[in-house]
Amino acid sequence: MTTTDPSVNYLNHEKGLRSWLMTLDHKRLGLMYMWSTFVAMLLGGSFALALRLELFAPGQQIMSKDFYNHMFTLHGAVMIFLVIIPSIPAALGNFVLPIMLGAKDVAFPKLNRFSYHLYLTGAVFLIAAILTGGLDTGWTFYTPYSTSTDTSVIIAVMGAFILGFSSIFTGLNFIATIHKMRPPGMTWFRMPLLLWALYATSVIQILATPVLGIALLMLIVERVLGVGILDPALGGDPVLFQHLFWFYSHPAVYVMILPAMGVLSEMFAVYSRKQIFGYRYIAYSSISIAIVSFIVWGHHLYVSGQSTMVSVIFSAITFTVAIPSAIKVFNWIATMYKGSINLTTGMISALAVIWLFGIGGLTGLWMANLSTDMHLHDTYFVVSHFHFVMVGSALFSYLGAVHHWWPKMFGVMYDEGKGRLWTIMTFIGFNITFLPQFLLGTRGMPRRYFDYAPQFEFLNKVSTIGSMIVGLSIVMVFWNLLRSLKNGKKAPANPWGGVTLEWQCASPPSPHNFEDAPTVGDPYDMSQNRFVSDEEGYVPVTPSENDPYVYQVKVEEA
Amino acid sequence: MSNTHDEHSGPGHVLPMKMLVGTFVALLALTVLTVITGKMSLYGFDLSIAMLIATVKATLVAMIFMHLKWDRPFNGYIFLVAVLFVGMFLAYVVADTKEYQPDIKGWTDQQISKPASE
Amino acid sequence: MSSDHHDPLLAHHFDDMEQQFDTNKFGMWVFLLTEILFFSGLFVAYAVYRSNHSDVFEYASQYLNTNLGALNTIVLLLSSFTAAWAVRAAQLGQNGLVTKLLGVTVLCAFGFMAIKAEEYSHKYHEGLLWGGAEHSIFKVDTNTVDPAVAEHSEYWSEVKELPPEFRRQIGIFFGIYFCLTGLHGIHVIIGIIVILWLMRRNVRGDFSPQKYDAIDLGALYWHLVDLIWIYLFPLLYLIS
Repeated sequence: MTTTDPSVNYLNHEKGLRSWLMTLDHKRLGLMYMWSTFVAMLLGGSFALALRLELFAPGQQIMSKDFYNHMFTLHGAVMIFLVIIPSIPAALGNFVLPIMLGAKDVAFPKLNRFSYHLYLTGAVFLIAAILTGGLDTGWTFYTPYSTSTDTSVIIAVMGAFILGFSSIFTGLNFIATIHKMRPPGMTWFRMPLLLWALYATSVIQILATPVLGIALLMLIVERVLGVGILDPALGGDPVLFQHLFWFYSHPAVYVMILPAMGVLSEMFAVYSRKQIFGYRYIAYSSISIAIVSFIVWGHHLYVSGQSTMVSVIFSAITFTVAIPSAIKVFNWIATMYKGSINLTTGMISALAVIWLFGIGGLTGLWMANLSTDMHLHDTYFVVSHFHFVMVGSALFSYLGAVHHWWPKMFGVMYDEGKGRLWTIMTFIGFNITFLPQFLLGTRGMPRRYFDYAPQFEFLNKVSTIGSMIVGLSIVMVFWNLLRSLKNGKKAPANPWGGVTLEWQCASPPSPHNFEDAPTVGDPYDMSQNRFVSDEEGYVPVTPSENDPYVYQVKVEEA
Repeated sequence: MSNTHDEHSGPGHVLPMKMLVGTFVALLALTVLTVITGKMSLYGFDLSIAMLIATVKATLVAMIFMHLKWDRPFNGYIFLVAVLFVGMFLAYVVADTKEYQPDIKGWTDQQISKPASE
Repeated sequence: MSSDHHDPLLAHHFDDMEQQFDTNKFGMWVFLLTEILFFSGLFVAYAVYRSNHSDVFEYASQYLNTNLGALNTIVLLLSSFTAAWAVRAAQLGQNGLVTKLLGVTVLCAFGFMAIKAEEYSHKYHEGLLWGGAEHSIFKVDTNTVDPAVAEHSEYWSEVKELPPEFRRQIGIFFGIYFCLTGLHGIHVIIGIIVILWLMRRNVRGDFSPQKYDAIDLGALYWHLVDLIWIYLFPLLYLIS
């Protein structure tokens, strides 16, 4: 197995489907998660386009009311459980985290494989639910409707339950890896910020996801046996289910956004070729977001019968989430200041996220406010808000990150021009889709209806056209990436000039990542490498060459 | 049955036999105590006393049987974090449901007064 | 960092035995944390109903058999004791003793389940079930109670005189009782499987004082099952 032959890497050292499905290698598992999320994204995306087509004009267009209910439920369930939650943590995290630590693998490789198998099993359950009667409860499975509808709630809930455990085990693995497998010299405050973000994410996954598990289990028991704990007809309390559900599902929002923020911190530093601004504040803000995320869930229950006293407390705490989020954005902007900005596809995605997250985050404040939320709750304003955060911020970061690490994963460069073009098109399409929805929401168009009043027609048409642009552009983004596998240029070890450890190993990495233990330095000291034209990438510089003057001359020579 | 630690060359702390047995006996005694106090009327403190005894028992199990006393402190912190979060979760939800009980009472009474509707 | 990289007991991605042991134990503690939070949902449900209907809980608790509950507590404590002792024996290389102690632990676990089954079947027979169950005597509308159950249940004559809302909330109490003890029972069954697997591995000679992680971790899991029961017992059986 141990070889120094540079043509042998983790992609080709073993062959056959079995060698992939039964692998213990974190890199292969990461890639399989990535392909799975892509497939799921196309599935969930086509549901979204179907929804938008139905809403192109008032009245019934292409589907019945019941079918519309199925569509929006499945769109939500697939996108959340199969795409966004495993996207950056499981797909990229698996690939990048151990290499960033200079480790050979995660702490528990078998558990890691088990997580992926659970993910596949959960996906099969969700698809089985689609095929055996669908699901029309909304992805939130609220009781008492979910205990009385005749759709495949049990199969779908079991799928979500299994996917929850997949997420828990990934989180457990990452926490143990970060705690116990950092190389000598990498103290907590010399860790790349993506690791801080993944750590904070994992904390949420292990603390919150079990509560989802028990909530869903109670729902199953309620449906099968009629236990009554959540059923008002038997003296139970349906609001209790909402408490249990959102104790998980609000923190889960940060499972989606926190790793995206980590990826952005990496990309802003690398593509500005500058030390990250306010390292410690970004690290602390990740942890504080993780903690605060647990005490704000009640803002989903403002109009569900939650008492005024508790709503006021939750409202006040919800506002505080803005502080660490804003700290991150300010630090990213400050990192770019006087940097040498390289406008790659990854950087364009990152810049797009500042705009999208700015809008998504600030509109969140309106809904944290009790009085305005009474008006905005369950309207398209909410729909637009969480799409700006979950798609605009989390998914854009994911796409940017896939471009950023693509050369490392496959050893090939994608077509930069086309990558830029289709990323920008996605961004434009996204804004056309969702900005009108804020207006629709404030004017009172409720969410989750297949029909609407005639005065909303124009804005809905604009939104549908935007969604078509997004759909086409995303497909083209994937197409551009896939094409590079066939005829992409060979990638150097370090195409962007990153200083974190994954850029020190070969592209693609060897089966055990590093032939020699890498040296650990400041993860954001960009003077540790310089661009060499012959290599078409960055190479480390020795301390004697590390003089700023020599550095500039050499670049000009080359 | 030797109590010396010298025989053990691997990682981890070895519990002395005396301590193992002592803990077990203490746990049994506390179980008897909690049954006795549970059968008495303690003027509203029943729940607190039962929980206090349970917590003492839990601490014994965690510290000694589960080796937390000699383990890396961080493993103990993990345990405490779990308890803390459960406590916080519980406090919020109980506070909320207590607060809105008067609001739903009317609905419940009305539902009860028309039996066999379900 | 050391030269023992070819030690067959050491997985390739760890530097040394100590790191491996520490990491495994750390992982187990994190897993126990997820278990505690998994149970928390039901504890929250318990706390919500108990705090809002304390009179119902006081009344309903009398239907549970305190003696059997206490006996089960003692059985589980004994199993926890033997599990902890098994870890000690493994550390000292007394592999024969490990098998015996784990055997006692499994026997206790089966005993626990047997007592639990006795309690459950009694409850079923008497109709002491959650309101949605066909066999339950805790229905809002007394006419919907299965006449066969009403006839042989010794509690029926008393229960049918209770106010409807009170009766309905007793149903919720039993819903919570069965959920909590049922979930705990599932954990006991998983524990039985884990310990049997450990016994098999121990007989096969997998463990030594240098490498006994699996026994240690299995015991930690078993202690947690015990810990949860330590709280369930007074919360369910001892409400006066």
